Amino acid sequence: MTATITDKRVLMKGNYAIANAAVLAGCQCYFGYPITPQSEIGEFMSGKMQELGRAYVSAESELAAINMTIGACSTGVKAMTSSSSCAVSLMQEGLSYATSDQLPVVLVSVMRGGPGLGNIYPSQGDYFQATRGGGNGDYKLIVLAPSTVQECADLTYKAFYLAQKYRNPTVLLADGLLGQMMEPVEFKEYPYPEIDNSQWKLSGAKGRDARIIRSYAPLADNQCVFLEKLFEKYRTIEENETEWEEIGTEDADIVLVSFGSTSRNVKTAAKICRQNGMKVGVLRPITLFPFPTKRLQELSQKVKMFISVEVNMGQMVQDVRLAVNGKVPVELIHKGVGTPPSPEEIVKQIEELI
Amino acid sequence: MSNIVIDKSKCKACYLCMKECPKNLIKISDDTNNLGNRVVEFQDPNGECLGCAMCATRCPDLAITEVYRG
Amino acid sequence: MATQVFKIPDSFKKDAKYTFCPGCDHGVAVRLVGECLSELGLTENTIAACSIGCSVTIYDFLNVDSLEAPHGRALAEATGIKRACPDKFVFTYQGDGDFASIGLAESMHAALRGEKISAICINNTTYGMTGGQLGPTTLLGQVTTTSPTGRNLEYYGYPIKIAEHIALCDGTAFSARVSLDSVPNIRKAKQAIKKAFEVQMKGLGFGFVEILSSCPTNWRMTPEKAHERVRDEMMQIFKPGIYKDITKDFSNEN
Repeated sequence: MTATITDKRVLMKGNYAIANAAVLAGCQCYFGYPITPQSEIGEFMSGKMQELGRAYVSAESELAAINMTIGACSTGVKAMTSSSSCAVSLMQEGLSYATSDQLPVVLVSVMRGGPGLGNIYPSQGDYFQATRGGGNGDYKLIVLAPSTVQECADLTYKAFYLAQKYRNPTVLLADGLLGQMMEPVEFKEYPYPEIDNSQWKLSGAKGRDARIIRSYAPLADNQCVFLEKLFEKYRTIEENETEWEEIGTEDADIVLVSFGSTSRNVKTAAKICRQNGMKVGVLRPITLFPFPTKRLQELSQKVKMFISVEVNMGQMVQDVRLAVNGKVPVELIHKGVGTPPSPEEIVKQIEELI
Repeated sequence: MSNIVIDKSKCKACYLCMKECPKNLIKISDDTNNLGNRVVEFQDPNGECLGCAMCATRCPDLAITEVYRG
Repeated sequence: MATQVFKIPDSFKKDAKYTFCPGCDHGVAVRLVGECLSELGLTENTIAACSIGCSVTIYDFLNVDSLEAPHGRALAEATGIKRACPDKFVFTYQGDGDFASIGLAESMHAALRGEKISAICINNTTYGMTGGQLGPTTLLGQVTTTSPTGRNLEYYGYPIKIAEHIALCDGTAFSARVSLDSVPNIRKAKQAIKKAFEVQMKGLGFGFVEILSSCPTNWRMTPEKAHERVRDEMMQIFKPGIYKDITKDFSNEN
C-alpha cells in the first residue's frame, strides 16, 4: 500500500484511507501502539514513514505515544497518533496537557465497545470521551466525525489543518465499522494552506530568547487569564468551524440527529419515512465540537420532535437536549454496541415514538 | 591576585562555601539580603586566596559568580 | 594578570536566581548542565524536555527552548522532539520519582531504543516538591512522611538502582552514577554529564547520568549534614561509577 495522489477512485479500508491521507497531509511523525480495530493505521505508517524517511516509533504504551506526539508537535512538525477507546483512556492526561500547551496534536480515535476492555465491535460510546475529555481541567478538543471512507480521508486533512490553525488537539472520531469497511475513495492534494508556526515552535534559542512550552501556572490569576484566552479561542472555533449536513429539514416535523457510521442508516430511514408520508429530516453533525447548537436551536422553532440515533446508551442526545432546551421533545433511538440499527428498525422505533 | 565575587542577593545562607575554603576567607557578614538571609562575605586582607574555585563549585545558588586566579 | 577560572555559564538566563531551598544540590546539578551546554556549544541548538517536581524549574534558569512534560513522560516527549528534529540536541532533567517510578517505562524504552538523547536524573531518595514522601530510591530504613517508621521490606520493597538498570539496556551508550557530596565529586559529575552529552552528539545512543543529591529540607538536616548522609548512607548502596561506556570499546579499536 503506497500513498498516491490520484484522480482514480480506489477501494480502501477506512483505516488505510486515514493513514494515507495523513501522509499526504504532510504528517512527519507517527507514534502508536496497536489496538483493534485501528491497527491498520500503525501498520501502514510503519512502512510508509520509513520509506519516506519520516519518523515512526512503535511506542511502549499509549501514554508514551501521545507524549511523543506532543514532543514532535512542539517542534512545529505535523505529528499524529491513533488508538481506540480503552487505550484512548490512557491518553487523556496527554490531551489535557496538549490543550494547555496549545499544541496541534492529531489523534485518530477508532471507537470500539466499552466500558473497560469491552469488545472490538463498532460503537459510538466514546462521544463523551472525545467531546468532554477524561483529562483534568477546563478544555475542549476539536472533534471531527466522518461517516464514509471518503470522509475519513477528507476529515483527516481537515484535522491537521484545524489543529495547526487553532493550536488545539484535534480528534478524528471514527469507529470500528468505518475503520474496517472498504469503500471507494479519492485522494486529492492537501487542500489547506500551511500555517506559520515560526513564532512559537521550539527550534533552539538561536538569536532569540528561549521559548518554554508549559502548562504550569503557579499563580491563580495567571491561570484565570489563560483560561479566558483559551475559551475565547473555543468561541472563535464555534463561530468559524461548526460543520454539519442537513437533508430534508426544510419542512420536517421530525429531525433525526446522528453522526458517524450510524447516520448512514439514519438517512435511509428518513427516506423510507418520507415514502410513508412522514416529514422526516436528518441533521448530521460533522464537527462534534464545535457542535451545531445554534442550528438545532433554529430548527427547534419549527420542528415538532428531535430524535437522536446513536450506538451507545445515549450520549449526543444530551447535547441535542441542551441545544433544544426543552422547546420540543428530544427522544433517543439507540443500541448499546455493534453495527448501527437497520433503517427498518429505526423507522419502526420512530413510528412507536410518535 | 586571586579573588572571588559574591552576588549577595542570591545567597541563601547555607554556608557550604565557608567550609570549602582552604584559607577560611569566607565569613558570615552582618548584612541581610532581601531574602532575609544573613549572607556570606569574602575577606582576604592578606591576599591568601588561591583561586581554587572550590567555593564557587560548591555554591548551590550561583551566588559566587566569578573566581579569578593570579 | 589574574585569569578567570569560574563564571556563570552563558547558557544561563541573565540574572537567573534559583528558587530551590537553601543548600539544595539541584542548584549545583543545573549549573553543571549549563556549564556542559556552554562548553560544548550546544545552548542555541538545544531543546529540553522538563519533568515534574523541583526539577521542572530548570527552564526558568537555562536559556534553552524547553517543553514541560507530564510527570514521568519527559523521555517520551524527548523522543518525539528528537525524532522530529534529529539535528537538535535534546536532553531531559528529571527527578528519581519522575525517571524511575512513574516514568520507568518511558525511561527504559528510550534507552532500549537507543534514542540519541541525554537524560539527567537527580536521586535524592525522596519526593521533594510534595514534601518528602517515600520514592523509588528511598533507602531501607529511611524515614519519610509516608514511611513514618522507616522503609521496610514488608510494606515497601527495595529501592531501585537506576544507573545499573539503564546500563543493562542495549541502546545505552553511557550510564554513570555520580555524587554531589564533595567538590572533587562535583567535578567528576560534570565530566559524566559531558560524556552523556557527547555520546548523543556522536550519535552513539542513549546517555544517562544519575546524580546523588541532597534534599536538606525534606531530610530535616543542615546542608552539611545532608552531604554527610549522601556519603555515608546513599553512596554505600548507590555506588558511584561508570556502569556503561561504549566509547571505551571505540577507543580500543582505534
